[in-house]
Amino acid sequence: MTETLPSTADARGTRVVNHGVKRQDSLEKLLGKTRYAGDFDVAGQLHARLVRSPVPSARIVSRDATAAMDVPGVVAVLFGEDVPNNDIPTNTAGIKGRPLPPSWVLAVDRVRYHGEPVALVVAENTRALAAAEALVDVEYDVLPVVSDPEAALEHDSSEVHEGGNLLSQWRIDRGDVDGAFADAPIIVEGRYEAQVVDHAYLEPETGIGWLDDEGVINIRVSTQEIEHYRRIARVVGLPDAKVRVQAPYLGGGFGGKEDMTVEPYIALAVLRTGRPVKMVWSRQESLTARAKRHPVRMHYRTAAAADGTLLAHDIQIVSDAGAYPLLSGFVLLYITLNAAGPYRCDNVRVHSRAAYTNNTPGSAFRGFGGMQPVLAYEAQIDKVADAAGLDRVEVRKANAFEAGDRIPAGQRIDTAVWLPQCIDAVLDAIGPRPVPSSPEHRVGLGLACNVQPYGRVAWMNDSASAWVGCERDGGVVVRCGVPDVGGGQVSSLAQIAAEVLHVPLEKVTVHFGDSARTPLAGRTTATRQLYMSGNAVLSAAEELRAQLVQGVVKGTGHGAADLTLAEGGVLTPDGVVPLAEVVAMCMANGVAINAMKTYFAPTGEPVRELVDSERIVPDFTFGAHAAYVEVDTRTGEVRPLRYVAAHDVGRAINPLSVRGQIEGAVVQGLGYALSERIVYDEGVNLTGAFYQYAIPTAADCPEIEVKILESGEGVGPFHARGIGEPPIGPCAATIASAVEDAVGARPTTLPMLAETVLACVDEGAAR
Amino acid sequence: MTDEERHDGDGSTRLTVSYGINGKVSAREIDPSESLLDDLRARGFTGAHAGCEHGVCGACTVLVDGEPVRSCIVLSVQVQGAAVETVEGLGTVDRPSDLQQAFSQCRGLQCGFCTPGFLMLATALLRRDPTPDHEAIREAVSSNLCRCTGYHSIVEAIGRVSGTPRSSHDRG
Repeated sequence: MTETLPSTADARGTRVVNHGVKRQDSLEKLLGKTRYAGDFDVAGQLHARLVRSPVPSARIVSRDATAAMDVPGVVAVLFGEDVPNNDIPTNTAGIKGRPLPPSWVLAVDRVRYHGEPVALVVAENTRALAAAEALVDVEYDVLPVVSDPEAALEHDSSEVHEGGNLLSQWRIDRGDVDGAFADAPIIVEGRYEAQVVDHAYLEPETGIGWLDDEGVINIRVSTQEIEHYRRIARVVGLPDAKVRVQAPYLGGGFGGKEDMTVEPYIALAVLRTGRPVKMVWSRQESLTARAKRHPVRMHYRTAAAADGTLLAHDIQIVSDAGAYPLLSGFVLLYITLNAAGPYRCDNVRVHSRAAYTNNTPGSAFRGFGGMQPVLAYEAQIDKVADAAGLDRVEVRKANAFEAGDRIPAGQRIDTAVWLPQCIDAVLDAIGPRPVPSSPEHRVGLGLACNVQPYGRVAWMNDSASAWVGCERDGGVVVRCGVPDVGGGQVSSLAQIAAEVLHVPLEKVTVHFGDSARTPLAGRTTATRQLYMSGNAVLSAAEELRAQLVQGVVKGTGHGAADLTLAEGGVLTPDGVVPLAEVVAMCMANGVAINAMKTYFAPTGEPVRELVDSERIVPDFTFGAHAAYVEVDTRTGEVRPLRYVAAHDVGRAINPLSVRGQIEGAVVQGLGYALSERIVYDEGVNLTGAFYQYAIPTAADCPEIEVKILESGEGVGPFHARGIGEPPIGPCAATIASAVEDAVGARPTTLPMLAETVLACVDEGAAR
Repeated sequence: MTDEERHDGDGSTRLTVSYGINGKVSAREIDPSESLLDDLRARGFTGAHAGCEHGVCGACTVLVDGEPVRSCIVLSVQVQGAAVETVEGLGTVDRPSDLQQAFSQCRGLQCGFCTPGFLMLATALLRRDPTPDHEAIREAVSSNLCRCTGYHSIVEAIGRVSGTPRSSHDRG
């Protein structure tokens, strides 16, 4: 290289980026030394626990802590009146003309879901805590339960909140839908339903807090968003800067740690007692009461030309938001944006509604509304192909978006759409059809595609900051406030800095996840962290690199054009100046040895209820999955045999991390497809333990092959696209398609339990 | 069964339980209702984690006299005098074990919360059968839950240590 500052925006010829390097967090985790939020203790700490509502809908008649306070070791019992600001304002999109109701830190006069927090008990030890929890006397006057989202939207339904049960609704109305249906030779229709599922990360919600010498409440917590410090400060009535949140490595998140969990309770207990306080939610609390993925009911009518060209969609979706808004309005928007899938269609009508019920609130979960409609739009395109007598693969390819097309919500797709390439990749790799293991078994091949946005919606005005600097010993330090949920967020930033500054990866130290001491970088959600923080680290490292060169110019007298970064330092005509000496030259000549940059995502106006906008999300990730399954026609058991997943990731910063994200998402998606569900009985959540919730094990998993495609087009660093959420999308549709191929009828309700599949076997046999 | 028993004024009972942890004898006064997991963590061994508290997920897996157990549903008093092995005994920063290195190379972990449990399962498996095939590995690790990796890389890592050739079912 002879140029002074080669662009690092392209990954070709990279040393560290685009290589499957070992993650920096691996060794400590493998040694058992990584300290997760629950692995910290502070001398003198108290323990805190919530008293939760045992009923889904009731008026609170009375609350009495007298008996609980008599338990030896109990320090405090708090009710809603004890909370400086008990309401948590809702920051989500809802229906116009009516403010959305807040959530409550502790319910005062009304509970709206099973497990809603009512009181906070603080005690010297967990034994006293358990005894006191049972003695907090709360009298409930049970009210009618709203348990069905469609019934909730009827006029005669009981109200979960005053003013009706419609939380949010969105519409798309593009083209002439009715005209297209009137003339269409092919019209197909389907109803699809997806269930409630839980994130089921292995680390439950956990944190510990204490007051420091400056009067700041410090909270170490398992969270995807350290910037909740502002919301926590509001709850306890302190200035924002008086709350500090640190996120050590998380034991998984998947969206379930995007909303606050333990944080406000820890802060309240710390302020009330002046002592350190630890709070750990039990698995039962997590399963019973923490927000879930929205169940949806989807009704699709699709019109097509005789050649399989999609002409129109008419789509109606109802989502069960549960008892409080949380992020339901945004999730519903994502459902709406993605309702027609990765296919061109000029006439699209979507009407989506989210209803309050007395079920567990719905909120973020990997896929965030991009996931649920895949089940529907992939079934519809298969129906179109079948009705046209055409090959399902060819119909997909013919209808696939291309760069420059507009999604039905109005935004143009600016980057490459490698959907056909993804389809070819999975079909090339899926291999020959396995032989059924008995005459009663049938084998089927399934295929499904998806689109998933990455990055936050434009009117969030998203930004991420990062600081990159050199140490005098030649080390490089990155400071960036990302929470690392386990996906390798921190390690990817180290790779980017190492790449730009030409240092070995081991020389890079990343300080992360601290709202007081690392530049704020936003939440690790929405498949945004590599895109946003990666771009911030990239630009900060590039600026620092220019400064280092400038320092050597001043220190040696060489022209900048004669200098280039090389392994371990700056290459000059006289040889390499080691980085430690470069740093010294900078210091001696008034050149800074650090740089801080903020990356700003493209911004735009909030969308209206009738969604039609040029700029909604930053960009999209596309993919295709294929699978063989074997169906036991006697029992309805579905066994995935072989699975191939392909996504265009633009450029893989760490291909091993990408593979891990895709494999893990596929298995989580298989749980969604086949076994996982939260079961309710009139609002009472019956699923309170892992033995009642069927997460796939190693024995349930097929062999999975991952195909990483790199179009070189994405808006992240080195043209990377986000990959955290996208690969969970196609799984359920892939399995449904494979079951249909095996038995002749397609499951349309998730999970595809044995009785559902047996009905398909019967239906297929009758055809 | 125990070395010492003491009744406190508040009605609670304390007793001293001692057992070996990674080859060193450890004694601590405990509440008799304490699980082995809570006791280990109180003794400073926080590698085993509570994932579900009822013996399903296996994030708390340790070895007791060589056998994998769910330390969240074993009482500490039950292991008096036994040899307990935890993830902290497998390797060090300077000398990670072969298994730990293989997990790192194959990326058999992401968030890492379940990883100590899988490492202990694999340790017991490889002692019992130094060359398990991939089916046997898969069967052995199917008792624990991982929500991040999809298990493939875990099976691959254990297979690498055992020198097990990949079966036709595994990624080529």
